[in-house]
Amino acid sequence: MTWNEFIHMGGYGAYVWSAYGLTAIVLTWNWVSTLLRKREVFKALQRSLKQQENLS
Amino acid sequence: MWSFFHKLASPKHFYRIAGAWIPWLGGITLLLMVVGLYLGLWVAPPDYQQGDSYRIMFVHVPAAWMSLFIYVFMAVCGGIGLIWNMKMADIMAMTSAPIGASFTFLALVTGSIWGKPMWGTWWVWDARLTSELILLFLYLGYIALQNAIEDPRTAARAGAILAIVGSVNIPIIHYSVEWWNTLHQGPTVTRMDKPAIHSSMLWPLLLMALAFQLYFFTLLLMRARVELLYRERRSRWVRELMGNLQPSPLSNNREVI
Repeated sequence: MTWNEFIHMGGYGAYVWSAYGLTAIVLTWNWVSTLLRKREVFKALQRSLKQQENLS
Repeated sequence: MWSFFHKLASPKHFYRIAGAWIPWLGGITLLLMVVGLYLGLWVAPPDYQQGDSYRIMFVHVPAAWMSLFIYVFMAVCGGIGLIWNMKMADIMAMTSAPIGASFTFLALVTGSIWGKPMWGTWWVWDARLTSELILLFLYLGYIALQNAIEDPRTAARAGAILAIVGSVNIPIIHYSVEWWNTLHQGPTVTRMDKPAIHSSMLWPLLLMALAFQLYFFTLLLMRARVELLYRERRSRWVRELMGNLQPSPLSNNREVI
């Protein structure tokens, strides 16, 4: 297979690559959103623990 | 063996063990995906009927399998949480739902993209497609229910019942291509005799399926850890972890008891 054939996919390039592109976007987004949620929870926990410390 | 599972059910140990597994699972996922994509998109020959369009199968079929697997996983975890009142099972059920929903979405959309050149239409209201769409609504309903109920215990119970009742849809999806006349092709891999697919196409399919499976478990552990930390935010081990408390010499012993 040549590079051109690979992109062209025997005339189905638009279908094949949009299916794979969408899959890549969804799987990556799941991963990134998990990391964002992790950061959010860590920040919230550290904030509330600091408040408790100041109170006691 | 049993003590290992008991340890996993304890939040503190789960957090530690899952944390050690995540990089390995993630690494193997990535490796399998790269090899699977290389074999599927570059090495495997075009199909004699469908040309190169059939390559959508390597993401469509694993995504569809995962949509079913994760739903069953969610219902089983929900059931375990319901019967034995296990916090970890509740968290597993809850955190697997968005991943399952995204695989269901992918199965539907990549199927639609494959259907256009092969069937001449983006969508038909046949048994397989309709029951898979209902699966997506079941996931979304479950997620909405979790978000609507404040108390995590009540949310887990309500969600578990919804998941278990909704699981009647799973065999319907699986057998829909045999029970009804449909445009969707029948199973080619999970047949009793030899799979009706050449090994040059079967290998990338299996590798991608395994990659998706490990992707699910990697993300599940990542999400479960974060959720666990949040729910246990007032417990001693979380405060120790956050570095606000010196570990007490007794805390380890208490965990064993």
